[in-house]
Amino acid sequence: MKTAQAESQTATNGATMTPVEKASPQAAETHPVKMTARKVNVFYGAKQALFDVDLEIRDNAVTALIGPSGCGKSTFLRCLNRMNDVIDNCRVSGEIRLGDTNIYGAHIDPVLLRARVGMVFQKPNPFPKSIYENIAYGPRIHGMAERRAQMDEIVETSLRKAALWDEVKDRLQEPGTGLSGGQQQRLCIARAIAVNPEVILMDEPCSALDPIATARVEELIDELRENYTIVIVTHSMQQAARVSQRTAFFHLGNLVEEDETDQIFTNPRDKRTQDYITGRFG
Amino acid sequence: MTTGAAPASFVSDAALKRLQKRKAADRRLKYYGLGAIGIALLLLATLVTSLIITGHTAFLQTHVTYPVYLDPAKIDAQDPDKGNYRSIVRDSFAALFPDVTGVREKRALSDILTSAAPYILRDKVVADPELIGETIDFTVPVSDPFDQFMKGNIKRETAEDDRRVTNQEIAWVDRLMADGRLSKPFNTGLLTNADSRFPEMAGLAGAITGSFFALLVCFLISFPTGIAAAVYLEEFAPKNKFTDLIEVNINNLAAVPSVVFGLLGLAVFLGTFGLPRSAPLVGGMTLALMTLPTIIITTRASLKAVPPSIREAALGIGASKHQVMMHHVVPLAMPGILTGTIIGLAQALGETAPLLLIGMNAFITSPPGGILDPSTALPTQIFIWADSPERGFVSRTSAAILVLLGFLIAMNAIAIYLRRKFERRW
Ligand SMILES: Nc1ncnc2c1ncn2[C@@H]1O[C@H](COP(=O)(O)OP(=O)(O)OP(=O)(O)O)[C@@H](O)[C@H]1O
Ligand SMILES: [Mg+2]
Repeated sequence: MKTAQAESQTATNGATMTPVEKASPQAAETHPVKMTARKVNVFYGAKQALFDVDLEIRDNAVTALIGPSGCGKSTFLRCLNRMNDVIDNCRVSGEIRLGDTNIYGAHIDPVLLRARVGMVFQKPNPFPKSIYENIAYGPRIHGMAERRAQMDEIVETSLRKAALWDEVKDRLQEPGTGLSGGQQQRLCIARAIAVNPEVILMDEPCSALDPIATARVEELIDELRENYTIVIVTHSMQQAARVSQRTAFFHLGNLVEEDETDQIFTNPRDKRTQDYITGRFG
Repeated sequence: MTTGAAPASFVSDAALKRLQKRKAADRRLKYYGLGAIGIALLLLATLVTSLIITGHTAFLQTHVTYPVYLDPAKIDAQDPDKGNYRSIVRDSFAALFPDVTGVREKRALSDILTSAAPYILRDKVVADPELIGETIDFTVPVSDPFDQFMKGNIKRETAEDDRRVTNQEIAWVDRLMADGRLSKPFNTGLLTNADSRFPEMAGLAGAITGSFFALLVCFLISFPTGIAAAVYLEEFAPKNKFTDLIEVNINNLAAVPSVVFGLLGLAVFLGTFGLPRSAPLVGGMTLALMTLPTIIITTRASLKAVPPSIREAALGIGASKHQVMMHHVVPLAMPGILTGTIIGLAQALGETAPLLLIGMNAFITSPPGGILDPSTALPTQIFIWADSPERGFVSRTSAAILVLLGFLIAMNAIAIYLRRKFERRW
């Protein structure tokens, strides 16, 4: 099988050379690698959820993770900011680097890591506090603002970047839970942005939203790409095609193939990828 | 015709029959429930009614008002504490009945007044020594038999030998009444007096203060400890045999009979630590042992009820475990925690056995000034009064139960109010 070969090749070729890079050298040039996963295996108790996943995530690009339900997309995403640490029976092996640092290294503080690798969840989950507090909480616990004016500024810029400012600027003291679903999700994105992360992980951020709210969030993701590295899990092929530059297809805990989004959707190399994107399973 | 299964019909006989049967079953279930609730309400109503019937008279107290001449010859103006108040009270009262001359009769006459009358007068004069030499209108409770007579608990029709007031005494009372000297105001003494040997003077102030101090100690110990234990067990404890054991034990602890906690308090707090007997401090500590499991269990349930998405949200922006707990989860769980705590405290308020064991059923005639002073508590006061033969204590027992129930209802109402007010939907 092609992918199996490709993967074994990766292993022998070493860290920097992957078949993907060979296939699309331009992408490698325009977008330097931000995060690298090497031989990542994840176990929930005795059950293995990910098998030897090797993946590179590129800077200032949107990487979409697609695949049938239960294939390990969320699991992989949660490895990238060590959110799996809080699950009792979850064990992760392998190496994931952010820049040059192995985030599973002994001296790495997961709390600090999560400030650099932010996360947006499937269901909008604002804190049951004011809109202002929702944004200000992260910067406050990380000591990013010394005076009130600084905090106000962070709140405003975060909300602006999340394209929410105009809608909420007059009601910053009202509870965040009182916003509409789409607004709540943008609030959550703003909250993630507020701590100034390098990478933003999004796990099906639009699955609870209507098409209009989805379009807004997608637009937003495209804008955010300028300044951030974004990894998004999605079940919508159209969404992956619309917002992502690169796409990774997972199946039964394996990374089947990873390439430029166009390439994956027009000319997948693996039969399983083709079956999935044409809707034959999953 | 058709041999396969016909589509279900709404109107076939069989279908209608089944429908009827189902509806009858639904109705029966509803009536069982209504019946059960009816029985429960009936029992409750019986309890409260019987308490009110026996207890309501204790909320009023017969008083007699008469002029008292504060004879300077009998009171030392320099030291009003010392004075022959007994004779002042008696003589002024006897002056109302000039026709009563015999020593025996005179003594019987003064028995109409509460035996505490001299002390009441003394306190009045000590508070205001200016009064010496003047004649004042003195209002005191009448002693228990006459109070009961006035309230109709002792009947005029009963044969003289069978009642505690003689015909002669009734005649005196009638005279007092005719002169307008008797009144039956609200019995403030029930709430402001401490315990007393004389029912007409006995009140709940000592018991209420004692219960308050005990609950305060109980709260201060069990609330922080309970929350800390629950937070640890829920969020930090590794899942292993040892923590399982702790968990099982906490659940068991909640089911341990309270008398056992009383014995523990007696052995450890009084025996080993040598803390003072009958003190609200020890009572509170013993009650805290009982309240702790309740608080731990309800706190854990409230922590569990905080949706995981809130924890994830906080973790996701880089909050530490401690920050997630203290900034988000615990505040969100607080209404539930408070509700559980109040319910735990309400249980503790009504708890009697452990307090009996550590001696909070002593006879104490002044309210405690602090948590180390000997004191009673509401339930133990009820216990003491229920044990006293005087008629006045019978109605006071019921009245004390009503007061206790009042406190319990108030606490539970607060708990319900808090729950309603802070109920959240995510
Ligand atoms: N906390 C957990 N404990 C045990 N097993 C888990 C846990 N979380 C996930 N798994 C298992 O790991 C596998 C991968 O789950 P994951 O949530 O990563 O799938 P997914 O690709 O995100 O699916 P979906 O598209 O439905 O969200 C699944 O088989 C799942 O049952
Ligand atoms: Mg998922």
